[in-house]
Amino acid sequence: MARSTGKDAQALFHSLRSAYAATPTTLKIIDLYVGFAVFTALIQVVYMAIVGSFPFNSFLSGVLSCVGTAVLAVCLRIQVNKDNKEFKDLPPERAFADFVLCNLVLHLVIMNFLG
Amino acid sequence: MAAAAKAGEATLRHAFGNVLSFFILLLIGVLAFSIRLFSVIKYESVIHEFDPYFNYRVTQFLTKNGIYDFWNWFDDRTWYPLGRVIGGTVYPGLTLTAGTIWWLLNSLNIPLSVETVCVFTAPIFSAFASWATYLLTKEVKGAGAGLTAAALLAMVPSYISRSVAGSYDNEAVAIFALIITFYLYIKTLNTGSLFYATLNAIAYFYMVCSWGGYTFIINLIPMHVLLCIVTGRYSSRLYIAYAPLVVLGTLLAALVPVVGFNAVMTSEHFASFLVFIILHVVALVYYIKGILSPKMFKVAVTLVVSVGLVVCCAVIAILVALVASSPTKGWSGRSLSLLDPTYASKYIPIIASVSEHQPPTWPSYFMDINVLAFLVPAGIIACFLPLSDASSFVVLYIVTSVYFSGVMVRLMLVFAPAACIMSGIALSQAFDVFTRSIKFQLLRILGFSEADAGDGSSANVVPENDAVKVDKSEETIKERPSRKNKKKEKEQMEKAQAEKTSAKSKTEKRLLVLPMELSVIGLLLLVFMGAFYVVHCVWAAAEAYSAPSIVLTSYTHEGLHVFDDFREAYAWLRHNTEVDDKVASWWDYGYQTTAMANRTVIVDNNTWNNTHIATVGTAMSSPEKAAWEIFNSLDVKYVLVVFGGLVGYPSDDINKFLWMVRIGGGVFPHIKEPDYLRDGQYRIDSQATPTMLNCLMYKLSYYRFVETDGKGFDRVRRTEIGKKYFKLTHFEEVRQS
Repeated sequence: MARSTGKDAQALFHSLRSAYAATPTTLKIIDLYVGFAVFTALIQVVYMAIVGSFPFNSFLSGVLSCVGTAVLAVCLRIQVNKDNKEFKDLPPERAFADFVLCNLVLHLVIMNFLG
Repeated sequence: MAAAAKAGEATLRHAFGNVLSFFILLLIGVLAFSIRLFSVIKYESVIHEFDPYFNYRVTQFLTKNGIYDFWNWFDDRTWYPLGRVIGGTVYPGLTLTAGTIWWLLNSLNIPLSVETVCVFTAPIFSAFASWATYLLTKEVKGAGAGLTAAALLAMVPSYISRSVAGSYDNEAVAIFALIITFYLYIKTLNTGSLFYATLNAIAYFYMVCSWGGYTFIINLIPMHVLLCIVTGRYSSRLYIAYAPLVVLGTLLAALVPVVGFNAVMTSEHFASFLVFIILHVVALVYYIKGILSPKMFKVAVTLVVSVGLVVCCAVIAILVALVASSPTKGWSGRSLSLLDPTYASKYIPIIASVSEHQPPTWPSYFMDINVLAFLVPAGIIACFLPLSDASSFVVLYIVTSVYFSGVMVRLMLVFAPAACIMSGIALSQAFDVFTRSIKFQLLRILGFSEADAGDGSSANVVPENDAVKVDKSEETIKERPSRKNKKKEKEQMEKAQAEKTSAKSKTEKRLLVLPMELSVIGLLLLVFMGAFYVVHCVWAAAEAYSAPSIVLTSYTHEGLHVFDDFREAYAWLRHNTEVDDKVASWWDYGYQTTAMANRTVIVDNNTWNNTHIATVGTAMSSPEKAAWEIFNSLDVKYVLVVFGGLVGYPSDDINKFLWMVRIGGGVFPHIKEPDYLRDGQYRIDSQATPTMLNCLMYKLSYYRFVETDGKGFDRVRRTEIGKKYFKLTHFEEVRQS
């Protein structure tokens, strides 16, 4: 049972890898950005666990800014992805402009809340 | 040639329709504004009730001292020894809005006073709210339904009751913020544009600034997202609509000092975080399903489920332990009383005693939403044909708001926009069918054989080039209604469903068409119903909801008698006492006393400190010496008591006295409610208990009352009072009116 699960896991891993390798480079760059943002958020959480959460607003704004940029980057990826039929009328420049606008608002709020 | 002519005709109709709807919207705005002016016409331009006086005082401070002093303001004129941090405990949206309007007008050299701006803020924002309802309903069902819903909202009595000219309270701007947040959410859901998602977050921020009822939004939207996921309507537009809202919304909510860290720590927000996580899981699942082959996907599912189940159980166990460790499970008292209506009466008498927090009676539904009460179910059905993301949202909105309005009469206000939207949809559909039938029958009678039933299909303001689009409707009938041009799609769906059995040929079209006479009579009846609604709304606005309650009127045989006792008393206090004198009264009058009399009070309508209120309540319920000691310890120099027995004013302090006993008794156990009741009945005549006849409230209210008519007949309680001749030993009467 465990043997077949192990083999299945390996096969799954391989197929996931090969399917992902087929995605266009632009999307992979965005995925890298998302991963980076999530990783930064994790580092902040670990730091808070070690040091304590005293200026709680700073912690909150730091973590939420990372999560926020990750979410916005995922939205951008959704809109730019050519496989998404719902968004084929949307020019990628417009998607990027919306992304920048939303990020501006997010970071304005973060700056305000950082203390 | 014919096609070009038809296209030209269509654009002309389109343009005409747009201009017409613009003017209709303008008129609706004027209607919404003017129907709320009855109190200004009948009485004067004055601020009503109790809470608006506090908001007015805060706005005065803001306009005089600027915004930085306003954020950092510590008010020492209320809650006498404690004071109140205004910057951190007030919802700043309303005062900032009015302050901005005042500043803008003054910089344009239009010198309106702060009071005028405050009095008229509510009608202006109700005009905005009806425009926002138009936008929201247009996203759900089309422009015709939008106009109807806007017209209904402009007049609905429930909304008028909290937004007359002079009712300067949070709900005046909050309802507008609510509707606009919902509109932007639906717009993002329909279009999938990140721009609208940003606007949605900013509108949500305005809502958080304005009213504590924002928790309704941050729980309704996650519920809707969950509903969409569970019913299989997940799409990437849902992700774009919800995920940025949660992150940006939480941050923006934490920015408002009143909410602060509650935005991440209280149970009221946990639903949004939970659904956020669920949404990400679902999105990931769909993504992986998209890139893997079906066989591999099954393998992935079994693997993840077995591992994930263990992790899930661990996380849930931790969460449950965390939440269960706090006594109220992390919910605030008011939210708990919404979920469990009996909670407040058992544990928190303060919340239970506010008259706005009582459950409504059946007649109040008909009083407040009138004809809409039976249009709402029709609207709910209309939302299901066809069901789209937007229409499922409004159905969810109305179901939840009906439940909450049944718990607390104050929340009828949140129910009103939902009722208007639903009724607007229902009315618009009904008009659709009737006018289409009339047009079809007319054309048939007048002998045009190729009468396109599709031509006369809608009274909607956005007509289409039907001849061209008819073929498309057959193809799109199969796809799920989750496209970008939702509105056109929906109209086509309506037509297409009505012509379910039609083939590609036009001649076989069979829309829902009623006989001519029936449609005409039906139209007339609908118009009559609308007329009844309008008459009722105007009556409610004029008679029921325009009383400023600071000025009272009564009709005697001599004509109209106006009582301005409240303002005269406050003016007396203002002019005849020292600036630093403290005034004690029951908490109802606190805001008005600080605003109009400009004296420090002990307790006011904010009711944040139950013990302090209980102290005042105990003082009012104790005999004179004990009461004097309590008041002396609080440095009180004047005691304000409202008494209505002479003229028959029913909401005076003697009627509220039992609440004072209950609240006082909740904190100080020597005050026991049965001591003041004779056989369980509350009386003040000769059968009353000695504790009642000796307490401070009785003595202050009825001191020298017997001199007015010789017998001491109390017109509100309709008996003669028990103890008629007595002297006050520790208090001195300085003014009565």
